[in-house]
Amino acid sequence: MSTPSAGNRASCAGDAMKLATLHWKLLRDLLRLKGQALAIAVVIASGVMTLVMSTTTLEALSGSRDSFYASHHYADLFADLKRAPLGLLERLETLDGVSRMEPRVRAPVRLAVPGFDDPVRGMMLSLPDGRQPNLNRLHLLAGSLPEAGRSDQAVVSDAFAEAHGLVPGDSLEAIINGRQTRLLLSGIARSPEVIYQAAPTDLLPDYRRYATLWMNQRALASGYAMEGAFNQLLVTLQAGADAETLIDELDLILARYGGTGTQTRHDQQSHRFLEEELAQQRAQATILPAIFLAVSAFLLNVVMGRIIQTQREPLAMLKAFGYRNGELARHYGWLAGAIVLLGWAAGVVLGAWSARGLAGIYSDYFRFPEMYFHVPPWSMALALAVAGLSALTGTWHAVWRAVREPPAEAMRPPAPQRFRRTWLERSPLGRALGNESRIILRHLLRHPTKSALSVTGIALSAGLLMMGAYQLSAVEKMLDLQYRQVMRMDIELTFGEATPARAVGELRHLPGVLAVEAWRRVPVTLSHGHLEYRTSLLGMDELPRLRQVLDAKQRPQQLPAEGVMLTRFLADFLQADVGDTLQVAVMEGRRQLLDLPLMALVDEPIGVGTYLQRDTLHALLGEGPSISGAWLLVDRAQQGALNEALNRMPAVAAIGLLSEAERGIRDYMDETILMFAAVFVALAASIAFGVIYNNARIAFAERARELATLRVLGYSRTEVARILLGEIALITALAIPLGWLIGIGFSALLNQAFSNDLFRMPMVMTPYAFGFAAGGVMAASTVVAVLVIRRLGRLNMVTALKAVE
Amino acid sequence: MNDTAKVVFQARGLKRFYQMGEVTIQALRGIDLALHAGELLVMLGASGSGKSTLLNIMGGLDSPSEGSLHYIDRNSRNHDLTHASQRVLTEYRRHHVGFVFQFYNLISSLTARENVAIVIDISRDPMAPEEALAMVGLEARLDHFPSQLSGGEQQRVAIARAIAKRPEVLLCDEPTGALDFRTGIRVLEVLEEINRTTGTTLAIITHNEVIGEMADRVIRLRDGQVGDIHVNAERRKPGELRW
Repeated sequence: MSTPSAGNRASCAGDAMKLATLHWKLLRDLLRLKGQALAIAVVIASGVMTLVMSTTTLEALSGSRDSFYASHHYADLFADLKRAPLGLLERLETLDGVSRMEPRVRAPVRLAVPGFDDPVRGMMLSLPDGRQPNLNRLHLLAGSLPEAGRSDQAVVSDAFAEAHGLVPGDSLEAIINGRQTRLLLSGIARSPEVIYQAAPTDLLPDYRRYATLWMNQRALASGYAMEGAFNQLLVTLQAGADAETLIDELDLILARYGGTGTQTRHDQQSHRFLEEELAQQRAQATILPAIFLAVSAFLLNVVMGRIIQTQREPLAMLKAFGYRNGELARHYGWLAGAIVLLGWAAGVVLGAWSARGLAGIYSDYFRFPEMYFHVPPWSMALALAVAGLSALTGTWHAVWRAVREPPAEAMRPPAPQRFRRTWLERSPLGRALGNESRIILRHLLRHPTKSALSVTGIALSAGLLMMGAYQLSAVEKMLDLQYRQVMRMDIELTFGEATPARAVGELRHLPGVLAVEAWRRVPVTLSHGHLEYRTSLLGMDELPRLRQVLDAKQRPQQLPAEGVMLTRFLADFLQADVGDTLQVAVMEGRRQLLDLPLMALVDEPIGVGTYLQRDTLHALLGEGPSISGAWLLVDRAQQGALNEALNRMPAVAAIGLLSEAERGIRDYMDETILMFAAVFVALAASIAFGVIYNNARIAFAERARELATLRVLGYSRTEVARILLGEIALITALAIPLGWLIGIGFSALLNQAFSNDLFRMPMVMTPYAFGFAAGGVMAASTVVAVLVIRRLGRLNMVTALKAVE
Repeated sequence: MNDTAKVVFQARGLKRFYQMGEVTIQALRGIDLALHAGELLVMLGASGSGKSTLLNIMGGLDSPSEGSLHYIDRNSRNHDLTHASQRVLTEYRRHHVGFVFQFYNLISSLTARENVAIVIDISRDPMAPEEALAMVGLEARLDHFPSQLSGGEQQRVAIARAIAKRPEVLLCDEPTGALDFRTGIRVLEVLEEINRTTGTTLAIITHNEVIGEMADRVIRLRDGQVGDIHVNAERRKPGELRW
């Protein structure tokens, strides 16, 4: 009696053998399709890389920030005031929700670095004598904290030290409250409150011209007549504490000590900027990968489907041998899977690699003790799922259609496809068409879905290219608008405190000053309904020329005699329209509560503001003519003499050079946003190439027989190539206008996602962007055309004719 | 047909090897053959006998590995096809030789008229497509697409396409291979008529022995060599053939 298990074993062995052979076929198919497989892998890799790069950068920034905040006890609340005795702390500590407090002295300072002529600003912060503070602790990179009792030692922020090559032991000249003091650097540090080391009024850091310094409390207090007192209070909250209530209580108590309102982290420049950057990254990490992945998923689905269609005959053959439909579907699923895995792995590696590069760039702007770096597993999994699913649906759909046919049907030479005359040919233009054009046209119209998918695929990649070009040109346009149209001054002077307006006359007489416009700024909280925003009122001349206020058409506007003008973005945020009344709470001096009508909107690309006439502001505040600063237009030739003169003015707290600010912001844009844009453009170009190449290869496979026939009939290689290239050219030509439309849509999405109160890119579609998208796909088509012509050269007429397709 | 008739093709010691991986396949092992102007030649042979290879080389689709092949056109110009370049072979196919395939190889996106016109576009002294199609009895089907024609009709369009350029030689590779008996006979009638009325030299390769009866000469290929050559005393009309 035979054992049934023996039979089973044999059949198992047979199964294993069959599987192994199929796997061999899989490998060989992959090798045979290597050009197309690589092109698809590039498309997948591009989508995956976008996601991995964006999410990894996002996690690196937010993770590094969170761990720095936690380990160095970054405060939750910040209360600025004029002067309060340290004895007040006892009372404050009893307030509900307070976890820890740190009183300190904070004062602007002017610095002089030996061998550096430009004005340098700084912020001086006090440390408890000789030790780390409770909150906002320092991360020392070199040296040590000032020794207890020493009044001549200071710790300096690392970026400034780096920019000037300062090391512990070096010294600096500081003007503290008008008195020149020599400071010895005891150490170099980073702090969670100045991860982003920009001057309070600046958008971007200027490491050579701005520093944060830390000194012993007693030393700094004596310089500012703050002995036994503080002018800033840092607070951390207990878990679950109600911040709003605590802020109200603090504000109530501190008001009589000149409190200007307790702020949260969100109002702190460093945190705020980091938040904006993270928001930008988040937008980038959502919108761009979504677009890229969706596009690659779509293309993958289409291309895999069409590749499988070209496998009609081998599929039928395997079916004739007795392979089951499921086995075949699995087999081709693996084929798609292998390509997906290849593209995915390349995308993850490239994404992680470029994220590391970007983290390096960011570490120059965001000073963390260490950059926390890892690729989020969820993003890898998501990328794999999206790519895998789209490839497999495309594959299975095509396999299913192929296996449904009886094998004999599929192995017979295919019946000629049905064609008919199209409306296009009945037109006079159509009648003038030659046979080659007719072949191209009928082929495209015979398969409207297939043609539409090809056109859409290329259009999508053109759209991606256009989005990249938009980003590049929009940033340029934004900066031009800001620095040519809005900020037209050369120097922005800020006084330590409000100064009588007669200072303007003095400034006019300084060397090289061509024009002066004074401004008055007071911190306020704007509210409209339940919405609030902390900003400042900026009082200017009736028609400011050095700092223009533009309308939507970029024409300078006059400030209204009454009421305020608001940046459009801010008005949208507050849901306020022209004619509405805004509640304005002044945060200094007599702390008036004002109701001001919104008279007009201002269109400006960088920052937000509330503008009114300076005289109106004086009247509202009930003060005489005083100014917070001035804008100067200067003769560059006398810049040196002017700097000297300004340095001698004790009232001047800050001297901002616009050209430096512009250079800084351009560098920043170049290194971050434009870097991203450049990567995306490269990826979009790879996608365009991948799609066009696959389209052409598939068209070639589908047409090989016809092309070979024409060669046999005596057509030359060039003449035959014209048909194939004509098809590629026609599809590309149709795709370009559609790509432009898609590109405008993508750009609008991106524009929306990237608008925040720091930056708003203008929605400008330049001829350059249109040209770039069209040029990109045409260049890709040209490369593909060359490859196709080479392939055509190798077309073997005999084999192509013998093969039944 | 007599031996003094003008020679169109002259093959001497024609050999063709194919390298298939590590194996060398000898498709032709030395063929000596002359084709005469206006004759109807049928080449018979089993699969792998080399008949398709010979036809491909004669048609300029392939080149011999050894030996020589000359083609003498109607102006008595001698074309050496032995080592001709791709460009020369393209010119040769374009102006001198017509092809008919087993599977018709029509361009499915073009109508019958346009399928013929596609050859006319590149010829020096072609017929009108309507004339060529009338010669194969398809004057009523000018504007039909291949998908609207029967197999026999498609093959007749292919023949019209092949003769429209007024080739000196018409090469047919199993022209009835994909057709039923009745349709096959109709196609052979068309081919015979063209040979008879236009004087076009006609070479048909087939494994169907019966078709040999309509030829002036029948050449039997065996294992890449000419097995025997049989001259028919009288050509039978295709309509009389039965298989």
